[in-house]
Amino acid sequence: MRYLPHTDKEIEQMLSVTGHAHLEDLFSHIPDKCRYQGELNIGSPISEWALTDYFKSLGEKNSVSSAKAVLLGAGSYSHFIPEIVSDLMSRSEFLTAYTPYQPEISQGTLQGIFEYQTLTARLLGMEVANASMYDGASALAEALLMAIRIGRKKNTVAISSSIHPHYREVVKSYLQAESFTVIELKTDKKGRTDLSGLADIDGLAAVALQSPNFFGVIEELQDAATQIHDSKALFVCCFSEPFSYGMLKSPGESGADIVCGEGQSFGMPQSFGGPGLGMFASSKKYQRNLPGRLIGETQDVDGRRGYVLTLSTREQHIRREKATSNICSNQGLCALTAAAYMATLGGTGIREMAKLNFNKAEYLKNGLLAAGANLLFDSPTFNEFTLSFDSDFSKTRSRLLEKGIIAGMELSQFYPEYKDAYLFCVTETASKDTLDTVIQEVLL
Amino acid sequence: MTLGPGRTGLILDEPLLWEKGKSGRTAFSMPDLDVPEAITTIDKELLGEGPDFPDLSEVDVVRHYTRLSTWNFGVDTGMYPLGSCTMKYNPKINEKMAATPGITASHPLLGDELSQGSLKILFELQNLLTSLTGMDKACLQPSAGAQGEMAGMLIFAAYFRKIGEKRTKILIPDTAHGTNPASAALCGFTPVSIKSKADGTLDLQSVSELMDEETVGIMLTNPNTLGIFEESIREVTACIHEKGGLVYGDGANMNAVMGIVDFKRCGIDIMHLNLHKTFSTPHGGGGPGAGPICVVEKLSPFLPVPHIVKNLEQYHLEYDCPDSIGKLHAFFGNFSVLVKAYSYILSMGGKNLKKASQLAVLNANYVKESLRDTLQLAYDMPCMHECVFSDALQQKHQISTLDMAKRLIDYGYHPPTIYFPLVVQGAIMIEPTETENKQDLDQFIAVFKKVTDEARENGDILRNAPAITKVRRLDETLAARKPCLVG
Repeated sequence: MRYLPHTDKEIEQMLSVTGHAHLEDLFSHIPDKCRYQGELNIGSPISEWALTDYFKSLGEKNSVSSAKAVLLGAGSYSHFIPEIVSDLMSRSEFLTAYTPYQPEISQGTLQGIFEYQTLTARLLGMEVANASMYDGASALAEALLMAIRIGRKKNTVAISSSIHPHYREVVKSYLQAESFTVIELKTDKKGRTDLSGLADIDGLAAVALQSPNFFGVIEELQDAATQIHDSKALFVCCFSEPFSYGMLKSPGESGADIVCGEGQSFGMPQSFGGPGLGMFASSKKYQRNLPGRLIGETQDVDGRRGYVLTLSTREQHIRREKATSNICSNQGLCALTAAAYMATLGGTGIREMAKLNFNKAEYLKNGLLAAGANLLFDSPTFNEFTLSFDSDFSKTRSRLLEKGIIAGMELSQFYPEYKDAYLFCVTETASKDTLDTVIQEVLL
Repeated sequence: MTLGPGRTGLILDEPLLWEKGKSGRTAFSMPDLDVPEAITTIDKELLGEGPDFPDLSEVDVVRHYTRLSTWNFGVDTGMYPLGSCTMKYNPKINEKMAATPGITASHPLLGDELSQGSLKILFELQNLLTSLTGMDKACLQPSAGAQGEMAGMLIFAAYFRKIGEKRTKILIPDTAHGTNPASAALCGFTPVSIKSKADGTLDLQSVSELMDEETVGIMLTNPNTLGIFEESIREVTACIHEKGGLVYGDGANMNAVMGIVDFKRCGIDIMHLNLHKTFSTPHGGGGPGAGPICVVEKLSPFLPVPHIVKNLEQYHLEYDCPDSIGKLHAFFGNFSVLVKAYSYILSMGGKNLKKASQLAVLNANYVKESLRDTLQLAYDMPCMHECVFSDALQQKHQISTLDMAKRLIDYGYHPPTIYFPLVVQGAIMIEPTETENKQDLDQFIAVFKKVTDEARENGDILRNAPAITKVRRLDETLAARKPCLVG
């Protein structure tokens, strides 16, 4: 086996040093009653070429591999990944290193993540950002736990029902064991979060909104911030499409205290939903309450600028059960990828891309409205939007599927109250031809 | 300094991203706008200026990250004997398999019918992991070992809620990784620390005294974090089970025992595996990893949703699981990491996985025997895939573990894990892994001996090490006292 370098002779020489006759003898102290019975039943080794054929066949079993376009987002977005991003991120010095415990030989990862923290903070309009969390959903859960820590005796959080349904489920999993209360806020007729009942909630530590929300609707964050702060709670703003902030006012500028969300759009393939990137930022006054890894700037003994893991007294290896979180890693390579992607776009590029996405989504939305569809919510949207149909859209959807276009997702699986409504997504990867085909098919 | 691969060379400096670039440059191939510009109906109040990012050219970006990469040390660079992290070689073919177009383009919400290939990967990998551990069911959703632990603790809580018992404490050995108590606390349990015996193993007597009807059970690691197999594991787990408790096994050290130990027979009820350790997926400078969990049958109803099942020849996502602890990830976990691990297991086959464990243990024992007169062994016990020393012999020369670790860098090695586990003062934990050959181990051993010679004869070389890296020792106190987290 090519990954196992020992020759039989070497094994023999080494065993003579360790004082064993056979490899099996290294395990002689393991009691019989703990032993694996028989040999591992997982087949013979497969060669590189056979493996390549096998995975190719698996890829082909995903019907999406032959699809021309997937007009569906819902937390996983199709964006162009520049070749330089994939190429640079596959450099094995980044790929095969571990957590930068030894900063002198990890400055590549450390400076790269410091840059990621900075670009993330700038994107979200916040003062500080961490080195990333597992994904947008767990980032939201950690943000709410952080708000509860800051709120001390407050045990209740309110989350908007227009937050991604899966994110809300993850929040409930994370918060279930302790006696925390999670209240869901209704979505109003405009597709925005109804904040009218906040004053009646006791012990409210935080209120979480998503913008653009699951329906693609842009929330009025500034107004929300005022109402949330009036109820003495922290404002947690989450997102699933970071491109929106190339065009929209940032959550920080709108008054959010903690901002978190999914960064997959920035250079990561969709890969059946993972790995993604939990982006996480806050105001500076809460930096010692942040969960997860942090990279900070410092100096070496010669006064040269360098970077280290820092504020580790928040973390488990020192604080154990009193740590701010149990997370002891980050999505290192994904964070580095997002930084490289943001650098590749630049400030000019992200503005242009955000507009491109917006224009394309508006084109399909307006085309479908002209073809007879109805707006579920009459509010501005970014990238994603929800429409309802008087006719049976599921038949149209099936016809489009035969043409290799996956057009939207039925909303009722997550929101039974919205019948015959579909969530659509358009990014820069969908061509005008594809969008026209969808519009034509609805007109049929 | 001719021992070891470390030499001096040209290091190129590189500023921070925003210290370079000029407004108007671009590295992005911007698609044309092929639709009419939309008349924006968005309220101006909602619009912003966009972020303050630098504009860079393609060459700017390429040079930037290429230079940064040269300041890093990875497994592909050299030996990385970081104990408890299993820094084995990460096969290239696995990266290619995960990049198969039909796999990377797979959207997570298309439903069963359009996702059969991805679902098959998840289903088959679940089965392989249960085969490898001896457990009954697996769930691949946890994104890392710590999230696997958390899933385990949530399952503990859900199980006792289901059977109507209120238990609040959990036993955790003092050798445990810090995430164990942190995960337990996050799920509402109060950790009770168990002091290890003088030989570094679990004290059955203490477990038996501390285990009671208010305690959910125990979280243990076997082989433990000292690299020692807990020979009394069956007695410990029996004691927990007798009092109605459950046993969580931290599978961080699975690389020592593939095909050798059956965790269900050991009495483990639930365990996680670190695919980025045992199953060779790259660590990526700290992630993404994957921390799937495996459980015995009676705990399978509590696994996160969706469960991935096979009906006839179709794979299916099952959401109707009323006892489930819910979801831990927006979708199905770090999928492409799972693909890489699947590719690794298929490449190795059963025979080679067992051989990998045997050779990992052989390498650790070889290093242990070769350095036993050079460094103080923390516990003179049979070791598994890693061995733990301390700086007790070097202290008299005012040389610490940190100094030796930093000196190893100059010689071209990533240092071992240092100052963990906490029960060993000045711990030096060496895990060579099976992918290091004898020649390279011999060179490493010779270098370590040289470093201890230097400790005796010329300690300042160690105290001032590393000397030839891009930066030398960094001021961590300054970083923590005046945090500068963004530039």
